[in-house]
Amino acid sequence: MLAFILRRLVQSVIVMLTVALVAFALFRFVGDPIASMVGQETTLAERAEIRQALGLNDPFPVQFWTFLSRAVQGDFGISYRLQQPVMELILSRLPATLELALISGIMAFLFGVGFGVYTALRRGNWLSGSIMTVSLIGVSLPTFLIGVLLIWVFAVELQWLPSFGRGETVYIGDWWRTGLLTPSGRASLILPAITLGLYQMTLIMRLVRAEMLEVLRTDYIKFARARGLSNRAVHFGHALKNTLVPVITITGLQMGSIIAFSIITETVFQWPGVGALFINSVRFVDVPVMAAYLMLIALVFVVINLVVDLLYYAVDPRLRVDRASARS
Amino acid sequence: MTDFTPETRPNIFLRAWDSDIAYSFRRSPLAIVAAVVSLIIIFAAIFAPWLAPHDPFNPASLNLMDGFTPPMEPNAFTGNVYWLGTDDQGRDIFSTILYGARISLFVGFMAVLFAMALGITLGLIAGYRGGWVDSVLMRVADVQLTFPSILLALLIFGVARGFIPPAYREAMAIWVLIVAIGLAEWVQYARVVRGATMVEKNKEYVQAARVIGAHPTKILVRHILPNVMGPVLVIATIGLALAIIAEATLSFLGVGVPPTQPSLGTLIRIGQGFLFSGEWWILLFPALTLLALALSVNLLGDWLRDALNPRLR
Amino acid sequence: MPTPLLSVRDLVVEFPTRRGTLRALDHVSFDIAEGEVLGMVGESGAGKSLTGAAIIGLLEAPGRIAGGEVRLKGERIDNLSPEKMRRVRGRRIGMVFQDPLTSLNPLYTVAEQLIETIRTHLDLSEKDARKRAVGLLDRVGIPAAARRIDDYPHHFSGGMRQRVVIALALAAEPELVIADEPTTALDVSVQAQIIDVLKEACIERGASVMLITHDMGVIAETADRVAVLYAGRVAEIGPVRDVIQAAEHPYTSGLMGAIPTLTQTADRLTQIPGSMPRLNAIPQGCAFNPRCKHVFDRCRRDRPELIARGGGRHVACWLFDREMEKADV
Repeated sequence: MLAFILRRLVQSVIVMLTVALVAFALFRFVGDPIASMVGQETTLAERAEIRQALGLNDPFPVQFWTFLSRAVQGDFGISYRLQQPVMELILSRLPATLELALISGIMAFLFGVGFGVYTALRRGNWLSGSIMTVSLIGVSLPTFLIGVLLIWVFAVELQWLPSFGRGETVYIGDWWRTGLLTPSGRASLILPAITLGLYQMTLIMRLVRAEMLEVLRTDYIKFARARGLSNRAVHFGHALKNTLVPVITITGLQMGSIIAFSIITETVFQWPGVGALFINSVRFVDVPVMAAYLMLIALVFVVINLVVDLLYYAVDPRLRVDRASARS
Repeated sequence: MTDFTPETRPNIFLRAWDSDIAYSFRRSPLAIVAAVVSLIIIFAAIFAPWLAPHDPFNPASLNLMDGFTPPMEPNAFTGNVYWLGTDDQGRDIFSTILYGARISLFVGFMAVLFAMALGITLGLIAGYRGGWVDSVLMRVADVQLTFPSILLALLIFGVARGFIPPAYREAMAIWVLIVAIGLAEWVQYARVVRGATMVEKNKEYVQAARVIGAHPTKILVRHILPNVMGPVLVIATIGLALAIIAEATLSFLGVGVPPTQPSLGTLIRIGQGFLFSGEWWILLFPALTLLALALSVNLLGDWLRDALNPRLR
Repeated sequence: MPTPLLSVRDLVVEFPTRRGTLRALDHVSFDIAEGEVLGMVGESGAGKSLTGAAIIGLLEAPGRIAGGEVRLKGERIDNLSPEKMRRVRGRRIGMVFQDPLTSLNPLYTVAEQLIETIRTHLDLSEKDARKRAVGLLDRVGIPAAARRIDDYPHHFSGGMRQRVVIALALAAEPELVIADEPTTALDVSVQAQIIDVLKEACIERGASVMLITHDMGVIAETADRVAVLYAGRVAEIGPVRDVIQAAEHPYTSGLMGAIPTLTQTADRLTQIPGSMPRLNAIPQGCAFNPRCKHVFDRCRRDRPELIARGGGRHVACWLFDREMEKADV
């Protein structure tokens, strides 16, 4: 168990180092950091001086090391565009993105598993059929188009829900601004959460359905029925649990994608999150923000992968080799 | 040179077209509809300059008085009627859609070609050479696969813009976009081609070609490549849908093609601005076109995958 | 004559397909007395497993019972509601499947699966159910049952897992256990042990057994009576010793001739020519007529019913109709 976690941790560190190297290369070689920091009137000599002071003349490994040790402390430099520390910018916008991603992730998972199980158990009835057809359109529909169409129907025509922004927000603690505690905040969350979660939901749903149909054909389900267990115990105690083992991995990775796809949703709904910050940094070639975002996303993916592995381990006893095999 | 491809393995296109594919196509109404819709849009895009009733990018032909004409209704001032209405500048929506689809499809096809060329080349090299080349390439592919391709395309696009002097950014944007989407999608091709290459390279006919001293490039291209064309075609079709969606998304986000050359994504971005003032047609018709295009190409790819090889994926 | 524990009469199972309805079981009839072990033999596809599935109400769609009846202690069970049938399964009829490696849910411990089954059918506390579960495992010969009960299925070998499956089938004291090829997937070395465990555990509890197998050797060792199935019909049924030593149906004697024995001196085993017909191509009259050495006109025209031969023997063959004119079951 311990060895397994250690091995995973080492792998995660290697991935993070690789991403850090890419981020650093971005930082160092894309555009001219000096040009974006100083005005037009700065002389060449002054520029050289700043260059020396910033350590830009040091050998590559030294510079990389400096970059790394600063990054670990959360220092990614100053945004070219906004002239503020990158970390501050990201932290102030992170709660908005995390709340959105979390809500849509939970929605995608719950509805995905629910619809998946339903369509697997009630194969052939008209409702399953319609759910499957709609899901086919769902996977082919670009995320931004879903968002725009939702705004048109629910915000413009029906005027039920707000079309942009987070609504009213309040602070929890020092820096976490939440929209979950106010009615307008919650209303503002609905359309973006649906937009962000719909694609992942259809993916999870199709996966759950396929796995569930597979599991329902197995001998141990037949045997469970032969033992007279109730349909509920067979479907939800036995079949669903076995279905979820492979689903966990994919779902975990989907959660990572949700963070990434929030870029699009945040743009559509003018949601003041990290994704919108990133889009603007791409538009204006704001390299420090791009580098920091890259590292952040990589960190999210690495953490999610780690959690998924541990979950997998907790759910599937066959992976726990510690006390097996010796006996029997 | 003798051709060492055994006679039992004829060209996959010929083999498939003769029997299964055509049959399966006739039996799948969904595939027929998808193919017809795709072909109509592709045809309309290619011949946009001749089909479009107006040239939306010629300022001389635009009349600002024609702005915001609703579909199928005569304009209040000029009395002109436009099928799908006009936008704020008085541009005919139908014409902008034709030109927009042209750009969307151009970027899509070029990105797929680029991804395909890159993926096939790297896949052939990795599979044929093996060893460290293979390990490095496949490790890169693994890491890349963990990230959503739209995010990668965004990053590559951002980096590339960093290298291009601001003066050229507009003009180069479309090519940068093609490269960014292509680079984000090469992995699928490389994996399939590598797998097939590793199987094929140990077969007798490749060994024989090697023994008589054929150049590796020639072996790869003449003997191994034809065998992987089936799966590659499937990936390319689904990849086309993905690339069209990726381009539309990036353009919608405002980091894709410049506004002077609007693609379907740009048109939707522009249309979103007029939603609240009630000019719904500026948004809806480009959106429906994109939807029809993405859905039909996707369905076509799905069908092709099942028809060519039910076990693929 | 006392009511048999299980009575199957004219059971018909059909599979509607696009090319017409296939009749997989065609008027199958047999009884199992209390405490009796009935062996059911036949080639693959003869309908052995299907008979078991039909009795316990687990025919896979689109298969369905199209006729006949199944009675358990005189009470009809083939037309029960799904919920009532569920209460019969496990409680009154237990089932053991062929492959112990896939019969157990890999994600639950043996204890969880046993206790779940016990508490579904019996009103016991968690603690009492667990005690009972340990007792069951002990009975089917799992060493250190109290400790091993919390292991997962993958911690057990194939033979041990089949013992667990038997314990699960017996968990709620059923009156009948249907064992569908319980040893086919096991090592030859443990097959005999498993059969012993199954038989003894059932006899001890007064449960009857329907033992489905294609292994005549197992039947000879274990069963009291044997039913021979051919193409979804019962060819012959009777006490094991009689049927083995003096098979009457030409198909049964063919089967017996194909079994090597220690005492036999013949160089070659006899083999029945041809193979069992597919369900969509069963010939008119006796299903066995194209392969039969003794075939005559009537066999190709009329289907033979089971003919009582005395001593509890029945055979579905026109050869015996000529000798004894009172053909009635």
